[in-house]
Amino acid sequence: MTNLITARGVSKAYGDLQVLEGIDLDVREGEILGIIGPSGSGKSTLLRLLDLIEPPTSGDITVLGENARDEGRSLKLRRRMGMLFQKPIVFNTSVYQNVALGLQYRRLDRRETERRVRDALKAVGLSQYITSQARDLSGGEQQRVALSRVLITQPEVLLLDEPTANLDPTSTATIERIVRAMNQEHGMTVVMNTHDLLQGQRLSNRVAVMIEGRIAQVGPPREVFQSPRSRAIASFVGIENILRGRILSRGDDLTEVEVNGHTILSKRVVTDGTDDVDVLIRGEDIDLLREEPAGHPRDVFPGTITSIESNGPYVGMMVDCGGFSLMVRMTARLEAEREFDTDMTAFVAFRPRVVHVLPAKMLEP
Amino acid sequence: MLLQSGIEDNEIIQGFIEAIRLIITLDPTVVEITIRSLTVSLTATFFASLIALPLGALIYFKDFRGKRGVINTLQTLYAMPTVIVGLVAFLLLSRNGPFGFLGLLFTPQGMIVAQTLLIIPLITGLTVAAMSNIEREMRYTIISMGASTLQSIWTVLREVRFAIFTAVLIGFGRAIAEVGTVLLVGGNIRGYTRVLTTAISLNTSMGNFTLSIALGIILLGVALLVNVALNLVQQR
Repeated sequence: MTNLITARGVSKAYGDLQVLEGIDLDVREGEILGIIGPSGSGKSTLLRLLDLIEPPTSGDITVLGENARDEGRSLKLRRRMGMLFQKPIVFNTSVYQNVALGLQYRRLDRRETERRVRDALKAVGLSQYITSQARDLSGGEQQRVALSRVLITQPEVLLLDEPTANLDPTSTATIERIVRAMNQEHGMTVVMNTHDLLQGQRLSNRVAVMIEGRIAQVGPPREVFQSPRSRAIASFVGIENILRGRILSRGDDLTEVEVNGHTILSKRVVTDGTDDVDVLIRGEDIDLLREEPAGHPRDVFPGTITSIESNGPYVGMMVDCGGFSLMVRMTARLEAEREFDTDMTAFVAFRPRVVHVLPAKMLEP
Repeated sequence: MLLQSGIEDNEIIQGFIEAIRLIITLDPTVVEITIRSLTVSLTATFFASLIALPLGALIYFKDFRGKRGVINTLQTLYAMPTVIVGLVAFLLLSRNGPFGFLGLLFTPQGMIVAQTLLIIPLITGLTVAAMSNIEREMRYTIISMGASTLQSIWTVLREVRFAIFTAVLIGFGRAIAEVGTVLLVGGNIRGYTRVLTTAISLNTSMGNFTLSIALGIILLGVALLVNVALNLVQQR
């Protein structure tokens, strides 16, 4: 598979502020690459570097097979890409003028420009606003104007910087639908920044996690979300339960880990030979029952419910198992059926295959 | 009767009445001075804008050492006393000055040069300020859309066109209202370099209030027009 963009050893600093460090990243032709990470992790800066808006402080970026060494070359390569920003940016002119701008920069003739603008506005459902002032539109509509302004130039690579961060669910869905269609029907390569994990999972073929200016992990969404390679990634991808433990025994199938006097069984162990480990369990992989469940092998611990927090259709319950606490997530309906309450004794249960064990030093910050 | 004779005797009120008559009847002296004043200041504003707008854009777009200092200097020059600019222009254009060979001293062209010098810092500084209101994301958007440097400058200028127009209007307002440079460089020669402000100054010192008031009303009218235009622009 061809790489449309490659970054090697890319760093970026603004004065004393080091924003990116040692970035190695490939953008493959035809994929949607999601870049996820907390706010301030350097995602936007990375995207601006990939779009050749700013040069890196050090390292190399190759775009569409060429190295952008001078401004003239950068401009040519930039015209083959398109970028949409988090904040809807529209110019203080008509919708038509906004969408036509990129084509005017490329000196396309007027008739062709007009035809393409009409088509582009139709694609984002804004034909009726062609003569309106862009600033008079709503935020979601402005972002659609901005998107059609990018798409009209038929970019080979589309870079999206948190494109739906400020939008309502309907506008978000529209933007996502258009992006998916561009990728699947037109083979457009997409790189998308998002701090919305679900969006990252929903749209991406691959996910890169950025933590504190570095790419911490790249892989298919399932791999990154199920098997994070570090504590920081684990907590970013929403793994609530990270426990410090020590390996007691290693079997062919099951590994026994001691956590504060309790033994937890795991089937997913990444080891470097040391016995100090971190144990990662997603809250939604843990069941909470009123009676002790039958059947083995299975991790089962009695505990006391210390808090119950409602979060829309889900409920998060903290259970103190004497030595460690676990966050359990289940649907509100199930929680209601089982009639849980705080201070109640209950049993947490999970399968060894949902227990992810990593060498502790991997999870050092 | 007493009141009526008071009004008739009052020099200022008589001056007003006479002034309005001069304006309504399009008195040749009043018309000639007004046209010269407008011509000189509009031409100066045109040339100053021609220099100041690209200069302001350049300062905004380019990152260079001492940029902040340049902007601070420009802002200081907003309040530069007009007689100082007049003095500098006078020295530059005088027979022994570096541009004396052009023979511009005591000519309308010389006045245009002086007023251009006077308002270049103002329009440049206001242009930089106007462009600084452009969000960082908009700059990125323009670059990412594939604009060349010139296309970027043009797009940003167009984006802040109302603020730029305001800057030009304020420049014109300063030019037409000032007396220091035109008096020193133009010499207030009747029928040649006499403009509204210098004429008011001279006629007032000679006790010829009628003409002064007439010209003052016109100058106020111009200021009012500029202000109305500014308000219209700022509402956009």
